[in-house]
Amino acid sequence: MSKADLANVRRELGENAPAECELADPAGPVRANVGPPRSGLMGRTALLAFAVIVLFAVSILLGSYTVTVPDFVRILTAHLTGGERIPGASFIVMETKLPRAVIGTMIGIAFGLSGALFQTMLRNPLASPDVIGISYGASAAAVTAIVVFGASGAAVSGAALCGAMAVAVLIYTISRSGSPGSGGGNHANAAGSRLILAGIGIAAALNAVVNFLMTRADIRTAAEALIWLNGSLNSASWDRAGVLALALLVLVPAAAVLAGPLRILELGDDAAAGLGIRVGITRLGVVAVAVALAAVATAAAGPVAFVAFLAGPIARRFTGKASLPAGAFVGALIVLAADYFAANIAPLLLDGTVLPVGVVTGALGAPFLLWLLVTANRKDA
Amino acid sequence: MAVLNAKDLTLQYDQRRVVEGLTAEIPEGKVTMIVGANACGKSTLLRGLSRLLKPAGGTVTLDGKDIHSRPAKELARILGLLPQHPTAPDGILVRDLVGRGRYPHQGFFRSWSAGDDLAVHRALEATETLELAERNVDELSGGQRQRVWIAMALAQETDVLLLDEPTTYLDLAHQVEVLDLITDLNRRRGTTVAIVLHDLNLAARYADHIIAMKGGRIVAEGTSADVVTEDLVRDVFGLDSRVLPDPISGTPLIVPLGRHYAEFPKSETATLELVP
Repeated sequence: MSKADLANVRRELGENAPAECELADPAGPVRANVGPPRSGLMGRTALLAFAVIVLFAVSILLGSYTVTVPDFVRILTAHLTGGERIPGASFIVMETKLPRAVIGTMIGIAFGLSGALFQTMLRNPLASPDVIGISYGASAAAVTAIVVFGASGAAVSGAALCGAMAVAVLIYTISRSGSPGSGGGNHANAAGSRLILAGIGIAAALNAVVNFLMTRADIRTAAEALIWLNGSLNSASWDRAGVLALALLVLVPAAAVLAGPLRILELGDDAAAGLGIRVGITRLGVVAVAVALAAVATAAAGPVAFVAFLAGPIARRFTGKASLPAGAFVGALIVLAADYFAANIAPLLLDGTVLPVGVVTGALGAPFLLWLLVTANRKDA
Repeated sequence: MAVLNAKDLTLQYDQRRVVEGLTAEIPEGKVTMIVGANACGKSTLLRGLSRLLKPAGGTVTLDGKDIHSRPAKELARILGLLPQHPTAPDGILVRDLVGRGRYPHQGFFRSWSAGDDLAVHRALEATETLELAERNVDELSGGQRQRVWIAMALAQETDVLLLDEPTTYLDLAHQVEVLDLITDLNRRRGTTVAIVLHDLNLAARYADHIIAMKGGRIVAEGTSADVVTEDLVRDVFGLDSRVLPDPISGTPLIVPLGRHYAEFPKSETATLELVP
């Protein structure tokens, strides 16, 4: 800010704006322009968005079947205008690689956003849908549908969606019940811990349900269920992408609307209420949007392990503060990178075995949790 | 200006009644201190006055209108609250934290404005935290952090400001600093202030109006000279004491007796000498 601007501010401040106003801080000039800091965060978030685009392109163009950029453009325009198709290449790009990358990006965004919403609201990095049992709700319902009812395709996705929602309602009800205790300002943290503990308990119970069903299933059904449980983009299709896109079209703007009140809710329930936030309704809205995001992503590709859990903290380390868009982009990066590794690099290392993407993200999750514990500052612990 | 009134107010957590049938007025343009022993319901009363707690009975009105019938954001432009334990998000800068005090003034389509900049600047200036603006809140000392939180409450620019034990965990110098700051605010802007305070001596000095509570009810209210007496301290805190005039401000000064230090008769005090 220039001297002239400063003079303006002083004029606006009127009579007794003190001279200290002009004194420079040893660390740098005092900025009287005190709008929310944006530049660093915006830059880094833009960088993440750019990385998503690069990785998206890489996963379409490179890999076990490579396509050149001109070829890709030709295939895409031919597909859109109904022009001449390139035998083989058109099918691989349009029906396999592109929907796979599109769904991978969208579930990454959904998981990342869902995790960031939960973690920010409960001020706890453990509070992500895959840790607090929401993904297990989807898993148990989907496996029940596959094993008991012989369902497949959309029916499994529908069951997963219902399972996730049902568990979310159950966890929310349990965490709200019982006495919140008296005075003090720690209601929020107490409620958060209750929600996480309730979720972990329910996750354990549902895990037992899944294991029980797996032992009862015949080997082929069990294999099918296992692929779903690991989270996989192998069955990506345009139908699925369409449904997912429709859901995100509603949920992402909803998350954007909640981002403002969520920033205030971060100051604690009491302070937020003092600033005019309706704490109960805002929290319910955040939970509903976050659960819906996790549920639609899980329905589309199975519970891709730990994406929601990893995205928020990585985004926070990278941008320096909790940020929903950064969390969404990091989620997409994790899924795209893990899927590229699982589909193209793992077969080279493992004699041609194509891994489900969830195996890779799951393998990343455990070391990351340990790293988080070791390097976390006191506030995270 | 705004007047905050509690009428026949009953507050409870679940089934446990903490404040019962309480009627009080927070006088306009004054500094009111709410004092009492632990668990007397003073913080609960503040929660009730600031709509954090919905009354089980009775009403709280601001300028004659029930605070629970108003839109939350509209109320937050008139009535501010600094709770006892606000949480600073990780890695937040001072100016960003203070800026969040502007939330009630921002609409869905009206985001950050020049008016917000000005309000934040004024709040930083009033709390002498302007030079901390670019610092991370995590790195501040307890006293600085409390000033920053007060700056956030100031940036809200409300006519009424409620503070729940704003001096907790601060050393004496910082306690005085915070109360001086709040007094400045009251004198310069005419802000109506209500503070829950533990320290009776500081409350007696800084209060225009004192509300003494016991068992969820008001025992006495008025100026500190009228309210703070040896009988009241015994009744409210269960403490025997001597109340003397504060040599600096002339307000009541409470000197506790305790069990180990018996009182010297007046004549002896005068001739007291140190025995080697």
